[in-house]
Amino acid sequence: MRTFRYVVLRLLGMAGTLLAISVLTYAVFYLLPADPAQLSCGRPCTPQRLAEASAFMGYDKPWTRQYLDFLGGIVAGRHFGSGLAAVDCAAPCFGYSFRLNEPVTQLIEQRAPVTFSIAIGAAVLWLVIGVGAGVLAAVRRGTAVDRSAMLLSTVGVSAPSYLAGLLGILLFGFTLNMVPVGGYVPLTENPVYWAWHLVLPWSVLALLSAAVYARLTRGQMLEVLSEDYIRTARAKGLRERRVIGRHGLRNVLIPVVTVFGLDLGSLLGGAVISEKVFSMQGLGALLLDAVGTVDLPLIVGVTLFAAFLVIFANFLVDLVYSVIDPRVSR
Amino acid sequence: MVVDILPAPADSAMPRTARHPLRRLLADRWAVAGGVVVLLFLAVAVAAPLLSALAGHDPYTYDLSAVSDAGAPLGFGGGIGAEHWFGVEPMTGRDLFAIVVHGARTSFLVGFAATALSVLIGVLVGITAGYFGGWYDRVVSRIVDVLFGFPWLVFVIALGAIAPARFPKQLLVILVIGLFGWPSIARVIRGQTLALKRRTFVVAATALGAGPVHLLRRQYLPNLSSTIIVYATMTIPGMIGAEAALSFLGVGVPPPTPAWGRTIGDAIAWVQTDPMFLVFPGAALFVATLAFNLLGDGLRDALDPRTRGTRR
Repeated sequence: MRTFRYVVLRLLGMAGTLLAISVLTYAVFYLLPADPAQLSCGRPCTPQRLAEASAFMGYDKPWTRQYLDFLGGIVAGRHFGSGLAAVDCAAPCFGYSFRLNEPVTQLIEQRAPVTFSIAIGAAVLWLVIGVGAGVLAAVRRGTAVDRSAMLLSTVGVSAPSYLAGLLGILLFGFTLNMVPVGGYVPLTENPVYWAWHLVLPWSVLALLSAAVYARLTRGQMLEVLSEDYIRTARAKGLRERRVIGRHGLRNVLIPVVTVFGLDLGSLLGGAVISEKVFSMQGLGALLLDAVGTVDLPLIVGVTLFAAFLVIFANFLVDLVYSVIDPRVSR
Repeated sequence: MVVDILPAPADSAMPRTARHPLRRLLADRWAVAGGVVVLLFLAVAVAAPLLSALAGHDPYTYDLSAVSDAGAPLGFGGGIGAEHWFGVEPMTGRDLFAIVVHGARTSFLVGFAATALSVLIGVLVGITAGYFGGWYDRVVSRIVDVLFGFPWLVFVIALGAIAPARFPKQLLVILVIGLFGWPSIARVIRGQTLALKRRTFVVAATALGAGPVHLLRRQYLPNLSSTIIVYATMTIPGMIGAEAALSFLGVGVPPPTPAWGRTIGDAIAWVQTDPMFLVFPGAALFVATLAFNLLGDGLRDALDPRTRGTRR
């Protein structure tokens, strides 16, 4: 019952946060002086045509009304205009891109697999490498293993992903000719090629992020290892492996999971930089294109979708917490 | 990432045997190396016009004689030589040394300004939230949570598109990355303020009838100063990186103002034919960031009495 209450409360909190962010995003993007109707009214843009375009897209209403229409569209779908020129946007409608003549939801659906492939693969890799290196460094504290792991992680934290990515392309792609330098093959088309094209982005992203996790894990592990219950566990005669794995790691994972949720969430919302470096057409590339053409509905849609992913990831993190540390939900 | 640091009270409690933080810092070879490199970069940023004048080129003038008809730089390593120390930019033939040196200016200006903004807001918000508590604290903590989970890169990119063209882009970059950077500082400062609240010297000052202004200025701030210094130092490389990332994506500092990130972005198209065009600005960005991180780590260890025994 307690757990159920906890989950419901968290869900409500998530919905509230999402609503707050959507109001903010909507207000910011529609109050700023860039008139979407003006941008897509074509030439010559007579006042009459501008008014028509405005009414067609629904921009003639006050922004609060537009926002409610937007929310309604997510639940029930929307129609723009009437008659032959009418445009249909089925639920869940996150807006309609009048530039690309496609519903935003559909565009996100097309691009999401690319971004998700990059993000999830990299995240699994960096979690394993980062936590592994951190634990190793903490257990072998003060040794050469520890020092080199920490020095490497400082280097990793300082290297921008695009720089490392470009150097990776230069070395492994062009010079050694080992891996493809860009492009994306859908998983459903050919799983081997899919993975093969993603090896470089995964490794680059994973190595750089692993640096952060290694430092975090090491610091936490050192703190945990000085706790009384670890001494008790050792005194009981448990094997070191079990002390570290069961008693140590479990407590180390709490802050690691927090950071992981945030990182994975924001990466899912658009691996903007990696997509540009490895020329992949994911959500990040979609956003950059939308920004280039000032496609306002698309910008708002992608931004909100990204925010949703982050918040959802946080929600999952909270659930994982209550599994790792039952005290949380009480 | 939240690293909490409990400062020693400024007035006493430090054992006499403990060495001065500065001496501890100077004993850390990596931190000293980082500090020296940071100072070097700072000198370069300040003296950029002088340095590029010494080299004989400014970062704006085109030199089409230095590039081939296809736009590739002529000569070894992207045109490296006595004339152009770091070679030239493909297509335009602008001097890469001048671009990198002036780029340091842009990076440091944006990095420092955005950090100052973040730290100012973060400290103000954190200290007041921790001190006053109650509903104000709950609201602030909620806002911090939301901002933490915000896909700020996506948002900032989108914002760049719709900002009025007249608004100076460099200022916009400083404002947006500064305004998204404060939550982590606010969270740490809030936590420490809460911890300070229970310390005897604060309780004593309160009992003596000290008002909030005196408490915040005379009791809390001095004890938070080491945390603020450490956090500011550790925030700068993040801000420099954020500016470079935005410029890399083409939504940061606009041309012709030299920016490392934008040059690295331009280098994508040339990475196969002219790798040196990537290497120079890339190395500058990487070394500057690394130096700040090393200095920040060293400062943290030197100012934080807790990590002393546990590290090494």
